[in-house]
Amino acid sequence: MADDTHNQEGAAEVHTGHPTPMTYFKVAMILSVITAIEVAIFYVEDLGHGIIPILVVLSAAKFALVAMFYMHLRYDAKLFSGFFVGGLVLAFTVGIALLALFKFFV
Amino acid sequence: MAEAAAAHHGEHEETTTGLNHRKLLMWAFLGSDCMFFGSLIATYVVYQGKSKVGPFPEDVFSIPITSVSTFVLLMSSMSMVLAYAALTRGNIKVFRVWLASTAIMGMTFLGFQVFEFRDFANYKVELECAHLEPEKLTEFEKTFVDRCTEGVDEFKEQHGLTPRTNLFGTTFFTLTGFHGAHVTLGVIWLLSILFHSFRGGVRPETNLDVDLAALYWHFVDVVWIVIFTVVYLFGVFPGI
Repeated sequence: MADDTHNQEGAAEVHTGHPTPMTYFKVAMILSVITAIEVAIFYVEDLGHGIIPILVVLSAAKFALVAMFYMHLRYDAKLFSGFFVGGLVLAFTVGIALLALFKFFV
Repeated sequence: MAEAAAAHHGEHEETTTGLNHRKLLMWAFLGSDCMFFGSLIATYVVYQGKSKVGPFPEDVFSIPITSVSTFVLLMSSMSMVLAYAALTRGNIKVFRVWLASTAIMGMTFLGFQVFEFRDFANYKVELECAHLEPEKLTEFEKTFVDRCTEGVDEFKEQHGLTPRTNLFGTTFFTLTGFHGAHVTLGVIWLLSILFHSFRGGVRPETNLDVDLAALYWHFVDVVWIVIFTVVYLFGVFPGI
């Protein structure tokens, strides 16, 4: 029964090229849980600087979920992803260059 | 004539890429906006901890309040995508409900931001001199401990944070202010589509108009995801 429901959802996704409302809802729940985890981790003082990679990974996961499912990059043409990821990579490079210029890593 | 007919049916004219140029242009814009916000975020990080005078992030930020506004913006992204899904299914009434919800949540987020900005601008250093616990004070508050002289039970002084106060104020208000401006533009865009739908201007065949607005809306959401982590969570965490 559960498999049938899953198959129907999958079929709907294939048919429209986009996820079903239930998928959108599940993504929203995952985003909410990740945000809650971020805030909870923030109050764990024992983590020290270890909090940085954890929060970066969680934040990146949220970013990717929204971009892939809500912005439909997972289902749309690769060129759209190229434009967006290209801008993102450039932004990241500019950021790193700026930080290096101001001796942030020294 | 053929182009008009194609536009009417939600199709697009033939292009060399085979993709709709309006949508491609929107993605190019979002890519460029990534660089815009990337520069602002990098500038904030560069100047983090370099302010000579307070208040500092740990004095003014309230993570629980910002967490709620972050949650509201995340949920607005869900309602936006559900509005688009309803439109593609041809259900205009449901589309309007979700679109209105998105706009309301966007306005709620802006309300939180206005509240936060006002709160920062009216920030007061408050010390209960009679029950002073130095270990619980922030670095900025500690600089006022000597004002707790004998006979003074309570010390209170306004030290509002504005863009001119210190480097933190300048970079923080510039970054979050530009993000707020993006959200404001998004809310106006969504409300325009909503009003347009009541005049029969939004149909399943022309869902690209809504798709473009949705892309923009999700973009302001992903930018906030980064701002929330880098500015708020890293900003308040001691030692970063």
